[in-house]
Amino acid sequence: MQISQNWIDIAYLIAAVLFVLGIKGLTKPKTAVRGNMLAGAGMAVACVVTLLHRDIVSYEVIIAGILVGGIIGVLLAKKVQMTAMPQLVALLNGFGGGASFSVAAAEFFRGGHPDTVGIIATGAAVLIGAVTFTGSFVAFAKLQELIDGKPMGFPGMKAANAVLLLGSIVAIAYLVSNPGSPTVFWGLAIAAAVLGILLVMPIGGADMPVVIALLNSYSGVAASAAGFVMGNSALIITGSLVGASGLILTQIMCKAMNRSLTNVLFGVMAEGGETIDQDEVYAGKIKSTSAEEVAMLLETAQRVVIVPGFGLAMAQAQHAVRELADTLEANGIEVEYAIHPVAGRMPGHMNVLLAEAEVSYDKLKDMDTINPTFEQTDVAIVLGANDVTNPMAREDKGSPIYGMPILNVDKAKTVVVVKRSLSAGFAGLPNPLFAKDNTLMLFGDGKGAVVDITAALKEG
Amino acid sequence: MDFVAELTLFVLAIFLGVELITKVPPTLHTPLMSGSNAISGITLVGALIAAGSDAGMLVKVLGFIAVVLATINVIGGFMVTNRMLAMFKRK
Repeated sequence: MQISQNWIDIAYLIAAVLFVLGIKGLTKPKTAVRGNMLAGAGMAVACVVTLLHRDIVSYEVIIAGILVGGIIGVLLAKKVQMTAMPQLVALLNGFGGGASFSVAAAEFFRGGHPDTVGIIATGAAVLIGAVTFTGSFVAFAKLQELIDGKPMGFPGMKAANAVLLLGSIVAIAYLVSNPGSPTVFWGLAIAAAVLGILLVMPIGGADMPVVIALLNSYSGVAASAAGFVMGNSALIITGSLVGASGLILTQIMCKAMNRSLTNVLFGVMAEGGETIDQDEVYAGKIKSTSAEEVAMLLETAQRVVIVPGFGLAMAQAQHAVRELADTLEANGIEVEYAIHPVAGRMPGHMNVLLAEAEVSYDKLKDMDTINPTFEQTDVAIVLGANDVTNPMAREDKGSPIYGMPILNVDKAKTVVVVKRSLSAGFAGLPNPLFAKDNTLMLFGDGKGAVVDITAALKEG
Repeated sequence: MDFVAELTLFVLAIFLGVELITKVPPTLHTPLMSGSNAISGITLVGALIAAGSDAGMLVKVLGFIAVVLATINVIGGFMVTNRMLAMFKRK
């Protein structure tokens, strides 16, 4: 059965409306599940009606592809641990870029007679799609710790990137006048693929939230470009929605680190003139404590704030934390969570982990809400967070992280920092918080320490 | 569709996207990302046309790859988003 293009376009319009309503649902936790369903329904409408498109003459390849992709998708969605969500999103970004690349390539080799706009759009889809594809896999490899998470580079890397980008643009320009050159097409594809790798290699672990959000945006823009190639309104609208989404998240992440996007992508962290000597900051001022001591402190507290960071995910400590909070709440103590926008490895990472442990989302407070309350907080427990609590960002104008908004945990009456050692965070800076008079260090594994505190509380 | 009409759609959709997304609370940023991954799997629409066309082996292979990748995005993205959101709904 075939239907006219008009009906297909109307179905695409319905799909686009459902996507918009779906995203609108995501603005509140209560309506979010329904929103996701609406978006899914939009996708079903768009796909079913496309199968009736007049260009589709056989279904074998389609069915095979959907079966393979569907099985992989189900497995990924079911098996992934909440702590590994950044990796999964990185992968999905990459698949999105790869799909747009393949669609544009297929359209190129179908050999119609595209106009200038069509060729430029093809070039853009190939360029952005390939960069997203390979860049996302580097991000995935870093997050999964298949390769070193530290920034990697070589002399002349920026020049190499510039050459690759310029070369890609020249290739697209060449294709405009000679649309039938497969060699130039594949040259463009390879240059873009290498560019994707080189762009993400120099970006370090703690900057991953920015990179993932940006690649998310790219995957949307690539889909949009593929839409221009095919003259398909569904792809154009949806791709730009996703592109905008990723861009806003990127902006939020950059703001939370007080850095510009160019600085994250191309700059190294400001290599502060003098290296601050760790011993000078810490010498003789570190007070080590024990789980029992922390439990005694907590017994007399009225308000406790838990500050989770990437270490919480590393230690898989979210359930242990919930149990600690339950024990405290059973004793009439108020417990809230302070979530820094860049805590973890992707936007909202901590919220998902704590939601998995059944922590009610209204107890998860963002930075601006929780900061004024630290002065009325008896105990702040910092769990695997470091740089986002470093008071140097507020006080030391010479510090590379000066100006970054932080959680003012040091204003709490007592701060308990659970940490394996005094080693520096991603910024490579000592944290004067650890040496403050009101700070106690509880050295050890995050999960083990929390379990010990809970046990001591229950005994006491 | 002519280019100007397409460009109009593109630009207006970006503005709509910005308005919508700024209202999503930080708590839901991870599901937002996986959900928008699923939505960007709309490329599947283009992939289906490429994979189902009769334009030679290379196009079919590229179409097949595109269908596989986009389907992973759609199915994986919606399912994992649903899994996460169900955790937020509980209370």
